[in-house]
Amino acid sequence: MTDASILSARNMTKTFGGLVAVRDVTLDLAPRELHAVIGPNGAGKSTFVNLLTGQFAPTSGQMFLEGRDITGTPAHKMPSLGIARSFQRTNILKTLTVLENVRLAAQAVQLKATSLLRTPQTQPHLVERAHRALKRVGLLWAASRVSGLLSHGAQRQLEIAMALAVEPKVLLLDEPLAGMGQEEGERMAELLRSLAKEHAVLLIEHDMDFVFKVADVMTVLVEGTVLATGKPSDVRANVAVQTAYLGGH
Amino acid sequence: MSTFLSQLLNGLQFGLLLFLIASGLTLIFGVLGIINLAHGSLFMIGAYTAFVVTKATGSLWLALPVAIVFGVALGLVLERVLFRHFYKREHLDQVLLTFALILIFEEMRSLLVGNDFHSVVIPKWLDFSIPITGQFSYAAYRFVVIGACLALAAVLIWWIERTKMGAIIRAAAEKPEMVDILGIDSSKVHLTVFAVGTALAMTAGALAAPLTSVYPNMGDSLLIISFVVVVIGGLGSVSGAFWSAILIGLIDTLGKAYGPAFAVAGGFGAVLAAASSMAVYLLMIAVLLFRPTGLFGGRT
Amino acid sequence: MTTHRMLPQSAAAWTRLAALVVALTLLPFFTSAYYVGLVTTAMIGGMLALSMHLLVGATGLVSLGHGAFYGLAAYVVYLVTPVDTPMPMWLTLPLAMLVAGLVALVVGALSLRTTGFFFLMVTLAFGQMIYFVFHDTKLGGGTDGAYLAKPLLSAFGYTLDPKDFPRARRGWPPYYVALGQLVVTYLTLAFLLRSLFGRVLEGIKVNEHRMIAMGFNTNRYKLAAFVIAAMLASSAGHMLAMQTGFVNPDLVSWHKSAEALLMILLGGIGSLTGAVVGAFAYYALGEGAQVLGSYVVAWGFPRIGTILAERKLLVEGLVILAVVLVARNGLTGIKLRSPGLAKPSGNVHDIGNMGGVDP
Repeated sequence: MTDASILSARNMTKTFGGLVAVRDVTLDLAPRELHAVIGPNGAGKSTFVNLLTGQFAPTSGQMFLEGRDITGTPAHKMPSLGIARSFQRTNILKTLTVLENVRLAAQAVQLKATSLLRTPQTQPHLVERAHRALKRVGLLWAASRVSGLLSHGAQRQLEIAMALAVEPKVLLLDEPLAGMGQEEGERMAELLRSLAKEHAVLLIEHDMDFVFKVADVMTVLVEGTVLATGKPSDVRANVAVQTAYLGGH
Repeated sequence: MSTFLSQLLNGLQFGLLLFLIASGLTLIFGVLGIINLAHGSLFMIGAYTAFVVTKATGSLWLALPVAIVFGVALGLVLERVLFRHFYKREHLDQVLLTFALILIFEEMRSLLVGNDFHSVVIPKWLDFSIPITGQFSYAAYRFVVIGACLALAAVLIWWIERTKMGAIIRAAAEKPEMVDILGIDSSKVHLTVFAVGTALAMTAGALAAPLTSVYPNMGDSLLIISFVVVVIGGLGSVSGAFWSAILIGLIDTLGKAYGPAFAVAGGFGAVLAAASSMAVYLLMIAVLLFRPTGLFGGRT
Repeated sequence: MTTHRMLPQSAAAWTRLAALVVALTLLPFFTSAYYVGLVTTAMIGGMLALSMHLLVGATGLVSLGHGAFYGLAAYVVYLVTPVDTPMPMWLTLPLAMLVAGLVALVVGALSLRTTGFFFLMVTLAFGQMIYFVFHDTKLGGGTDGAYLAKPLLSAFGYTLDPKDFPRARRGWPPYYVALGQLVVTYLTLAFLLRSLFGRVLEGIKVNEHRMIAMGFNTNRYKLAAFVIAAMLASSAGHMLAMQTGFVNPDLVSWHKSAEALLMILLGGIGSLTGAVVGAFAYYALGEGAQVLGSYVVAWGFPRIGTILAERKLLVEGLVILAVVLVARNGLTGIKLRSPGLAKPSGNVHDIGNMGGVDP
């Protein structure tokens, strides 16, 4: 693995019964880099994210964070390691307020167990963190709104705010653009680019144009294996990628 | 040896009755998503139907078809009036609804028939024992029950595996969305599942009545063991419920028959003895923790 | 920052609650021994309902084995009390709660590896096993149950023995102990729910999967709630032993759990007060049916009247039916969710509403 990488996947494979969803995937994520993983539906992108976030344990292969082997770490331990994710299908705490969603995310990594019986009011630093995260994504105005009543685009923003509340080293964003219109997509692109200045961002997407606009590095995943990795211009020129995915672009 | 054979046959017979009850339960949960705690009460209603019919007409044979027809009718009414509003409700609501039904059914039974223990008379010509071996003979009626259950099981499994409606039901048990996607009239499927499930439970009750007699709350103990059968057989799987029911019937009967004998072995023996009467619950817990899809199939 | 919405929402609401406690404190002076006993029973029911609320309302865990902890406590009192020798409460109550807590730790650790329907079944199975122990063995007097010498309210050498009271006021000591316990239980839950721990439980109830992804070890929180709820239920069961001095297997049957579920439904799942209101409503229902029934008979409808008066369970069943079908939010009518938002029903058949589960 390169010394520059903050998160590394090494030959990760995941099989479900007889089905190989992800096969021998190797990927490096450098700090302050926006690395996009693209591929057609069923390419194993979501499975790969679930591997990286500890939702699944790999059938084989390893994962390193800043050089340390963290293979097999369960999902609930990831945020405290500095790895936070957002979901493809909006997965917020719908009946709670926007602020509470993010405050809880902060609480998960910031609260000492001994303080568990104290009231939220005694832990203003959690609220401050939540405010910072909401401001970062531009959602502070909605803090006291019930999150489930927000527009789809705002909910997608909330997803990211919840990941940011952890103040992570690595952000794993699973199709943040899902269901967004043109204008919202533009704003999201801007946000992602600015986030990549402070965090290592791994982005799962299948919108090709968007990825070419924002990514520093791209990995193309087809049928669970890596077809190509590199700068967007190189990947675009790659013949195998063109035939397999771009279809004569 | 003859007692062992007798217990074995008892276990088989119990298991087959359990299958009738559990198959309806597994379909109602697998296809409709309803946790029907009132299923034991349906068994009770069937048993009391047999009692009432036998008492009024003197004929046990009439009791069976009456129970089946009544069961179908009751199932249709319950589905149409009550359960169809609960397919998407939380488990809590279903638990409370079906618990309410248990109370209502028990009280109605109490009002109509009273709280006494009643025996249901086996017709004289069936009231004998068939010799199996030199020293051992087994009640003829019990063979009839075994036979009737096997026949019903065969019909049910043929229907599930070979007919179009059965295929729809199997698909729906596996993927409930399937029914709507395929454009099939889901209300017809729901009604059918409910009517069949109810009729089966009531038939089991009618068949069992002469063996167990009828008494208040008789459905309660069977309810939970039926859920054990459903879980072990795999949710929504009728064939799974068949093997699971036989297994549970045997374990429960043999465990209760021979378990207490362990008690003479002192301390640990007493624990074993107690455990054997709870064997089916221990089995269910083990299955739920390690193989929640069941031992015999069923959907994930 | 709003306080937890399951608690009284304003100073006015808390004042109303305090007024209610004062009223309950004064009640025995103004009513007969019969009603003192009935309200004591209702308060015990309130404690059980509150404990059930922690499981179901606050954390979203529907358990049919919860009632077993309630009855188990009463049986523990029976087992540690020598014949005709009442034991002091400061001994029996902590002991009962400790036993219940330990059993809940084991049962919970195993059961919480499952969810939804499977969790319901596992807890049911464990509850049945406990039922079997007391129903099928001679341990607690078997199917008939057994009498026990009621624990005594004693401290610092002073004992409050009901037998020292005139017959008409013998129910007063258990009444006030029950009232005190009810208030303590309520305040304990209020404290828990408004704490950061309570916030996590709420998140788990709304979307456990997301809470895990956010970094919470949800199983630990659920187990904590499970054990605390069991201990609170056991304190109610202990109180029952103090009041009635009798145990029988019905106390550990799954019907008890269903009753507790019914109480919180009656009162409204959305609030702590709802749990208590539901318990009181449950018992008021039984009484009311009887009273109404006798009136109906007097008005010239003997058949309906007797049914109302004598068939408590039938009335109960019909009321549950009505509440579940129509008045889903119970008597306190507090909606747990904003309009237009359906909570994930946990029911795999509710395809459009399974919650935000990532494929």
